[in-house]
Amino acid sequence: MAVDSALLKDVPYLSELTAQAQEAVKPLFFERSLRRSELAFMEGEPADALYVLMNGVVKVFKTSSNGKEQIISISTPHEVLNDTSIFGGGPNPVSAQAMSPVVLYGIKKDKLEELLRQHPQMSLSIIKLLSERSLKLLSLIEDLSFKHVIGRVGKILLEHTADGGAKQRLTQQEMAAIAGTAREVVARSLKTLEERGVVKIDRHRILITDKSALEEIIMEST
Amino acid sequence: MVEMPVIDQSKCNQCGLCITVCKCGAIVLQHDVVTIVETEDCHWCTTCEAVCPTGALTCGFEIVIED
Repeated sequence: MAVDSALLKDVPYLSELTAQAQEAVKPLFFERSLRRSELAFMEGEPADALYVLMNGVVKVFKTSSNGKEQIISISTPHEVLNDTSIFGGGPNPVSAQAMSPVVLYGIKKDKLEELLRQHPQMSLSIIKLLSERSLKLLSLIEDLSFKHVIGRVGKILLEHTADGGAKQRLTQQEMAAIAGTAREVVARSLKTLEERGVVKIDRHRILITDKSALEEIIMEST
Repeated sequence: MVEMPVIDQSKCNQCGLCITVCKCGAIVLQHDVVTIVETEDCHWCTTCEAVCPTGALTCGFEIVIED
């Protein structure tokens, strides 16, 4: 399906291009829609196209040999999903699954290389995005290595609040897969946070009632 | 409309474990298909999600910062 010019300007790689150049590269992109739970791509498979999330929420994760999931990120609109495999070569190091109805914009690997040769200024945006991703991964390593579970769960809550845009929801299983722990441990941590008066669990809603106290718990949990 | 847990029918193997553990009657078997019934009695205990062997049943939380 053809892509929308008005939305194409939100593709992060194209931010350095003029409106005219963005219009010219439009035919290189294609649209792909996913239903909830559908996979955008799978770990271990060859990466043939770069995907940018335009609408919805996508879970990017690794799976261990015994089926345990580690969520690397919960992606929201305008995030690139698989740049490491596209630029680094080799198969997809992660899988990506739709957590809601999703719209992706894609560009085939060879077309992207052609685009980069025509518009080398795009490289700056790509380097910036790859650096940001490295920092996020470092932060994840830091959390998994040094933070106690309660701090990790607290951080997940702060980083995944519903805003005006993508209204994402997280299950306790997904929180566990981000925090690198078991679902039961997340349930206990939420209960502890509620007992300490920083959150209130109101049925399907977790209300952060004392944001600064929660930030303090996150800081102290290392 | 009451927010309820969600079943992904493509993943559900109709084992019925969720129906067994649900204390409020929110999950029933209708025409041999596990189905969610809207009820305010559901307190989001998430036990149905915990016992689901295929990950078909999810109880998502919306996270909100209180004003």
